[in-house]
Amino acid sequence: MERLRRTMMFVPGNNPGMLKDAGIYGADSVMFDLEDSVSLAEKDAARMLVMQALQTVDYGDTELVVRINDLETPFGRPDIFAMVKAGVDVIRLPKTETVDDVLETEAVIAEAEAYFNIPHKTTKMMAAIESAEGVLNAPAIAKASDRLIGIAIGAEDYVTNMKTRRYPDGAELSFARNMILHGARAAGIAAFDTVYSDVDNEAGFKHEVELIHELGFDGKSVINPRQIPLVNAIYAPTENDVQNAKDVLNAIEEARIKGSGVIALNGKMVDKPVVARAQRTMMLAEASHLVDQEGNWHAE
Amino acid sequence: MEIKHTAIAGTLESSDIQIMLSKIEGPTEIELESAVEKQFGTQIRTLMRTILEQYGITNVKLKAVDKGALDCTIKARLITAIQRAIDKQNDPDWEVLG
Repeated sequence: MERLRRTMMFVPGNNPGMLKDAGIYGADSVMFDLEDSVSLAEKDAARMLVMQALQTVDYGDTELVVRINDLETPFGRPDIFAMVKAGVDVIRLPKTETVDDVLETEAVIAEAEAYFNIPHKTTKMMAAIESAEGVLNAPAIAKASDRLIGIAIGAEDYVTNMKTRRYPDGAELSFARNMILHGARAAGIAAFDTVYSDVDNEAGFKHEVELIHELGFDGKSVINPRQIPLVNAIYAPTENDVQNAKDVLNAIEEARIKGSGVIALNGKMVDKPVVARAQRTMMLAEASHLVDQEGNWHAE
Repeated sequence: MEIKHTAIAGTLESSDIQIMLSKIEGPTEIELESAVEKQFGTQIRTLMRTILEQYGITNVKLKAVDKGALDCTIKARLITAIQRAIDKQNDPDWEVLG
């Protein structure tokens, strides 16, 4: 079954206190950063700190992602070797513009897995798209490797590249968001939205999360734990959604027992996409603690 | 193996530890300043000696100011200091890292 990725929390890689506590806020994924948040003089220190934390701290079921430095810097290759050895779930490429960017990183990951006797393709990848070229190549990038679990839009670099800036209505990101979303969906992988930097503007943040939720993004990148419950609340299904999903899943189960093919529920045909939506609704309801083990609504 | 020069890693922020390695004549010396010295001092020193031995580092003085770092942080900061002291920041010894 697919994994929920409503929130991906960014954590600076050279901060031991934040690394230690990163798992306690309920983010679906945590992204430890070795790139932009770490100064050049501390790249080696952050790499070692994240490596040791990954091998020691219990982060439970949280998906663990590390953003590495570009392979063209002296840091990219040792970053990959250290993270593969530490058993990270996902390596995130910074500023991905072409299919080759993905393939070059994949080759180093494969080399590291072979070097440390780790089964081939254990380490997954995700790509951050942060430029006009990357956006135009998004569909090809998304299909470049079967290690990819998702692609993300990084808005700050992108809007600079586009000679604009962030605006409250998000019009400047409309094309990029849709390209990335379509690229991800065509490849069957996840789509992550960019960060919202103004942590104190709760209304602006909620507005942006509502927009990307409507579009169909899997989730949002967050930079502060306070943003996590706000995203989860917007992604949480309503009681009515849950009841409809339960009805669909019950009808499908009944049809399976009877051995019948196409089924209808309340006069509407229930086909594969309806079932997939129902399954996702129930998964979101469980993650939001809105239902009990039998799937019955029990929220206050 | 002797270190090439003095090196420092880590910060004085909460949950971190700052470690300085410098070359001396004679056996390894460890000077530890920690708020949890009474409870964990022996354990921290043992961890530091073990890592220095794994890297085969001798003739060194290790000075550390601990601000409540976890073992994994102490390990990371000491390994970083060692790699800096032997000029191998971006070429870690994967075998020793185990």
